[in-house]
Amino acid sequence: MREVLADLSLVAAKDLRIEFRSRVLANQVAPFALLVLVLFGVALDADQRTLRSFAPGLFWVAVLLCALLAVQRSVAVERADDAVVGLRLSGMSPAALFLGKATAVLVQLLVLEVLLTGGIIVLYRSSVEDVALLVLTGLAAGVAVAAAGTLYGAMAAGLGVSETLLPILLLPVLAPVLIGATRAFDDALGAAAVDGWAWLVLLAGLAVVLTLVGALAYRVLVED
Amino acid sequence: MSVVELRGVVAVLGRFPALAGLDLTVTAGETVLVQGPNGAGKSTLLRLCAGLVVPTRGEARVLGFDLVVERHTVRRRVGLLGHATGLYDDLTVAENVTFWARAAGLGRVAEARANWALGRLGLDGPLADHAVRTVSAGQRRRASLAALAVRRPDLWLLDEPHAGLDQEGRDVVDDLIGEAVAAGATVIVSSHELDRVRRLSPRVVTLAGGTLVGDRLGVVRDA
Repeated sequence: MREVLADLSLVAAKDLRIEFRSRVLANQVAPFALLVLVLFGVALDADQRTLRSFAPGLFWVAVLLCALLAVQRSVAVERADDAVVGLRLSGMSPAALFLGKATAVLVQLLVLEVLLTGGIIVLYRSSVEDVALLVLTGLAAGVAVAAAGTLYGAMAAGLGVSETLLPILLLPVLAPVLIGATRAFDDALGAAAVDGWAWLVLLAGLAVVLTLVGALAYRVLVED
Repeated sequence: MSVVELRGVVAVLGRFPALAGLDLTVTAGETVLVQGPNGAGKSTLLRLCAGLVVPTRGEARVLGFDLVVERHTVRRRVGLLGHATGLYDDLTVAENVTFWARAAGLGRVAEARANWALGRLGLDGPLADHAVRTVSAGQRRRASLAALAVRRPDLWLLDEPHAGLDQEGRDVVDDLIGEAVAAGATVIVSSHELDRVRRLSPRVVTLAGGTLVGDRLGVVRDA
């Protein structure tokens, strides 16, 4: 277990250091996320009531679109100069490798979620009515998206057409996460009268299942 | 003791057999030069010995482990220098080598081992703190060798290790191979630089069409 944690932190720290140095998140993904929010606002004709009502769904659609970029980047880092071969020869456990890469994607998603939360407050005039629900939903949904993204990113890379195949593979899998996170945010942002905590339980379950499946299945995708 | 034992090994990549019934035995402490024309199966042989290519038919054992059922164990004990360098562009040379030392499970000695490898490959000093994307192709190749050397593998699999290196770099590689063999490792080198590798390796194995067509001591036959 100690070895898994050491390898997990090694891989996560490496990926985050690479992202910090390359500034892809800051210079490309974050502006893209804000642009998506602005475009949704323009498309909905800047009607504040409509925007406030749709804000939770628009928020999570923006997160999923950014997650696609973050996952593709995470895969590309390993494929660019065949570093993935070194990882296969390293003796590192595939589960630790999966968890490390998913953790790095999760950290990036959480940064984007904070940015997007500021975006919907400023652009859509949304107000936070339940901070705890908002934070826990962001975390649970982030874990689910990062786990599924890391797993399907490796799968698409193995098929050699990751850029085009990843959205087709990943987005249907993440549909339940999108629904659950949107409903929970409806409650947290006061956009609709739903029991957000019940949806949060569903999200937490999805996060656990996707993480476990990813950790178990990654060996097949990376090692063979 | 045999480090590599291949009997009638067939390895099909895509629709074509990259190795077509290969027999080869390499004993511990040997340095073997693998030569042959492009497409002869040299790189596939090295990747097979690293446990990255699974034999389709035949019997294959490396370091005593079966390459079909125990290839994951084999992978931890071999070092492969391929055509790609396997480095991360946005990390420094030192960060890359240290990462691969830690990934190999060296723990507390990882940093010391990385420093040794950087010094051995002439990458210490300010160069160690340069991002890999900013260094020359030859320095990149040296960094890749340093990342391999930190692991001190039992079996070194080197695909064109001198490619892109200047004279000094080539000499360093030769010294490194000599030191590995002196320490008890086995080395298989694929190279077109016959004169240079012949000095390192008394045994020359020639492949063509995925099969062994020559296996001689002290004689290099142009392929």
